[in-house]
Amino acid sequence: MDNVPILSLITFLPLLGALAIMFMRTSHPHVDLNAKRVALWVSVTTFLLTLLCWYEFKIDLPTYQLTERYMWMEKFHTALALGVDGISLPFVMLTGFLTPLCILASWTSVEKKVKAFMIMFLALETLVMGTFLATDLLIFYIFFEAVLLPMYFIIGIWGGQRRVYAAFKFFLYTLAGSVFMLIAIMAMMSEIGSSNMLDITGSTFSRTWQIWLWLAFFISFAVKMPMWPVHTWLPDAHVEAPTAGSVILAGVLLKMGGYGFIRFLLPMFPEASQLFAPLVYTLSLIAVVYTSLVALVQEDIKKLIAYSSIAHMSFVTMGIFTFNSHGLQGAMAQMISHGLISSALFLCVGVIYDRMHTREIAFYSGLASRMPKYSILFVLFVMASIGLPGTSGFIAEFMVLMGTMEKNGWMTLLLASSMVLGAVYMLYLTRRIIFGKMLNADLISIEDLSMREKVVLIPLAVLILYLGIYPKPLLNMSVSVVQVTLKDYGSMPLITQLTAPQGKE
Amino acid sequence: MIYYAAIFLPLLSFLIVGAFGKRLGDHYSGWLSTTMLLVAAVCGGFIFKNVALGGEHHVIHLFDWLTTPTLSVSWALKFDTLSALMIVVVTSVSAMVHMYSIGYMQHDPSLPRFMAYLGLFTFFMLMLVTASNLMQLFFGWEGVGLASYLLIGFWYERESANAAAMKAFVVNRVGDVSFALGLFLIYVLTGSLDFDVIFSKLYLIAQAHYSFMGLNISASTLIALLLFGGAMGKSAQLGLHVWLPDAMEGPTPVSALIHAATMVTAGVFMLVRMSALLEQSEVALMIIACVGAATALFAGTVAVTQNDIKRVIAYSTCSQLGYMFFAIGMCAYHAAMFHLFTHAFFKALLFLGAGSVIHAMSDEQDMQKMGGIWKFIPVTYGFMWIGTLALTGFPLLSGYFSKDLILESTFANQFPIAGGVYAVGILAAALTALYSWRLMFLTFHGAPRADDRVMAHIHESPLVMIMPLCILALGSLFAGGLTYPLFTSGASFWGNGITILPIHDVHEAIHHLPLWAQVLPLVAGLFGFVCAITAYIWQEDIPSRMAARFSRTYQFLYNKWYFDELYERFIVNPTWCMGMIFWKSIDQGLIDPYLPDGAAGLIDKASFKASRLQSGIISQYAVIMLLGLVAFTLWQLFNDWVLSHG
Repeated sequence: MDNVPILSLITFLPLLGALAIMFMRTSHPHVDLNAKRVALWVSVTTFLLTLLCWYEFKIDLPTYQLTERYMWMEKFHTALALGVDGISLPFVMLTGFLTPLCILASWTSVEKKVKAFMIMFLALETLVMGTFLATDLLIFYIFFEAVLLPMYFIIGIWGGQRRVYAAFKFFLYTLAGSVFMLIAIMAMMSEIGSSNMLDITGSTFSRTWQIWLWLAFFISFAVKMPMWPVHTWLPDAHVEAPTAGSVILAGVLLKMGGYGFIRFLLPMFPEASQLFAPLVYTLSLIAVVYTSLVALVQEDIKKLIAYSSIAHMSFVTMGIFTFNSHGLQGAMAQMISHGLISSALFLCVGVIYDRMHTREIAFYSGLASRMPKYSILFVLFVMASIGLPGTSGFIAEFMVLMGTMEKNGWMTLLLASSMVLGAVYMLYLTRRIIFGKMLNADLISIEDLSMREKVVLIPLAVLILYLGIYPKPLLNMSVSVVQVTLKDYGSMPLITQLTAPQGKE
Repeated sequence: MIYYAAIFLPLLSFLIVGAFGKRLGDHYSGWLSTTMLLVAAVCGGFIFKNVALGGEHHVIHLFDWLTTPTLSVSWALKFDTLSALMIVVVTSVSAMVHMYSIGYMQHDPSLPRFMAYLGLFTFFMLMLVTASNLMQLFFGWEGVGLASYLLIGFWYERESANAAAMKAFVVNRVGDVSFALGLFLIYVLTGSLDFDVIFSKLYLIAQAHYSFMGLNISASTLIALLLFGGAMGKSAQLGLHVWLPDAMEGPTPVSALIHAATMVTAGVFMLVRMSALLEQSEVALMIIACVGAATALFAGTVAVTQNDIKRVIAYSTCSQLGYMFFAIGMCAYHAAMFHLFTHAFFKALLFLGAGSVIHAMSDEQDMQKMGGIWKFIPVTYGFMWIGTLALTGFPLLSGYFSKDLILESTFANQFPIAGGVYAVGILAAALTALYSWRLMFLTFHGAPRADDRVMAHIHESPLVMIMPLCILALGSLFAGGLTYPLFTSGASFWGNGITILPIHDVHEAIHHLPLWAQVLPLVAGLFGFVCAITAYIWQEDIPSRMAARFSRTYQFLYNKWYFDELYERFIVNPTWCMGMIFWKSIDQGLIDPYLPDGAAGLIDKASFKASRLQSGIISQYAVIMLLGLVAFTLWQLFNDWVLSHG
């Protein structure tokens, strides 16, 4: 098995699939069906390859594994270099897992330009995989930026009524953010003379350099996360995107921001990270309360879930910048868990949107009486979203809160307020659409989940519960690399804190 | 084997009935789940015999849950006297409620769903009580919250039921935040969440101090109060009690099982489990005692004015929970557990009896539309008598022993506030008798106030509902007297499940109480009874005259001290407004217009302006060229001048 380039396969197999679809002529329904089948099987194969990657991966090693290098620019040692470590592996698997589900979810809901949609989706998978697997800064940047293109088209072509505005807003926000990162990357390359991430992580920058570089990277990733106050693209993008687009956006694309924080800011600029940590805390805590309250008053289901995503992502930023292993591992777990839960919720919205073509909360009521299976799954995902123990959401939030408590009690209190606020907006949503009397005559004939929809939703439910009850496989992936990442932070081991308990401020 | 069976049979019942309930049909799913619960209850009995009486304390490790470099938490089942006691209560009451529900929910189209939820609840409750660490306890804690949410909102087509379900969950969550913070603090200070490890490292907590707004607070006090905050939510203590009365929207068997016998006592259980920690902080203990006493009094006063039969019992539960909490505050943990134990029987009996009345009265819950029905449902009437006697502490019934133990321990306690708490306890005992007998007289005696149609339908409940009442009645009659020696026998029974510091121990002192202190609770009960019989049998116009005479006070009590209105006005509405402001004024009013749209607009405008330069008018271009040339020449001349003079 040693000679098989697993990572290249994972990265470029979807692109090959996209090429294959591109060669299909005409847009007869049969051709469309073939295109869908190709997309599905290619993405399933890719997922199986990620499982193989997990199997080959050695959990104890905190380094890049299964590495591959194809030289590109000698001068900067730039190469198409791929590698996987404990930080990227969970994201690669998540992407591999979600893409087939997305394709299945769009089986009937995408009606126009089916082939193009499948091409876009497979291309998107390639680019996302490349982003997570690249071990070269320039290559990373190329993948990271290129992800925008297919996503822009997915929103702009297959989106809702205000899709063009949403697509532009999404594009502008993210592009504006990453301009700074490009400048920073070029500065780093000319300073060090290499774009290899290992070289960069190995070298230390002066304080001033760190500050400027940190800020440049931070802006780019903060937009992606998104952090308050550069979050306003997300609700629009989600609302207008087709279901599968929302799923990938919430499930994977947002995580690229958090991934960037862990991959770049923490190991490369330790001094600046510590300097700016209070800024991150402030923004995260504002976001938790602010977006939870905004979610409460939404009238559109997707917008509500989009705002809840921002609140959940604040747990990620908070956890990362606690600089302790609970916070960081919790942030990782939160990203994976949110990737599953928010995807599931968006898919659930897609199910009723496909039937009724509206996302307005007021339109729906009493779905439980006509769609019992759907309601059970919906309530399960809602409970996972508000972090009920036994679901993956709990493990993640619990660890982040624990990590925050090691830092400061008041911040923990503010962060934990989302336990209440999250319950308020999610249960209020459930109460309005799932429970109550079925008042709308249009809903009387609404049908429960089809076989295909069950195939999409049940794996998510199983995984959410499994990771909630036995999260070890997930946590083990990142444990060793997290220790290495935190080595510069000299976070006090617990024992010394015990002998000298600190004030709570 | 019996250990696994008792805990996991309810889960199995949930899974089987939940998945195949429709195919099994109402009859089979009802009896299947009831049978499984009865088996679990029998196993629970054996567990009690082995563990509590036989002293076989042990922990069964299941598998790892959360493992990180500095913390490891596993799924485990802890069997000691404390948990064995709770297992008996939970499984037996749950089995009775399962059986009762077969009859009570007979005409409901979704009986299997109901049975599945009950099984789920029982499982979570058992996970809570057998937890060997705080995290698993929290799992059960939130799990019973979920089950409670689902069961309160069981009739989901009712708007009021949905509102009540959500309120219960959210208010509980407020408490849970506090609980979670306490839990994290414990972890930060001791590096573990395991009960045994925490208790062996209490000295680490005892050393730590925090300063808070100029006050110096010891970590023990802070943690104890944070945990108590969680208990206040779950056990409906004053301030976070608002969900409990509304929770009566759920079917009556649910009220009996969850909102009387088991879930609401989880807060008491948790604090008793943490007794070793509470003992470190007298401040926290006294605050707990005060809140408990205040709740007992508050709920008693409200119960006297309510007309909904289930709400009266709900406030009664609230009040009795107050007793348990001030018992904890007075370091009488065994008394709190004893009252929890006896209360489970007689309060479940009262609720199920009330359910039987409601069933007979065609779903009428308003006591003002009852009266004079004791002849028609004599069996239910008899059981309600037993329940009421037990609740009001009639000598030699269950409630008598436990309530007296609490009051005596309070009397003997040395805390400065003990006297006040004792007085409140006595007052609450009188109120208990008053509202309990008021309920009995209004419901069963006097002239019938229901309309003829309802009166014509009154019928005694079927055997499947009477049987559970019968067993609970036996418990209400004898459980207290039989187990009194056990509960008061100290460490030989409790093992190290309960810790009381020697200076807080009043075991000896309660044997030397003055005679008047022993009789006072009885007198208070008698006084309440006399008041009730006077006002509701002999002089039936007294209540309305009193209500008119003291209308301010009456309105205040009738509206439950205006807690709901206050919360609505000062918490719910402002929260909503803030959400609107953030969304409309900041997101859409400030960020969008300036950041993305503003930047885009700026570029748009600038390029428009720039494009204006290309006007196509040659003379304009010529002028600009000329100006440019002049500027360039001047620049050159200036440079030359600088060079030559530099």
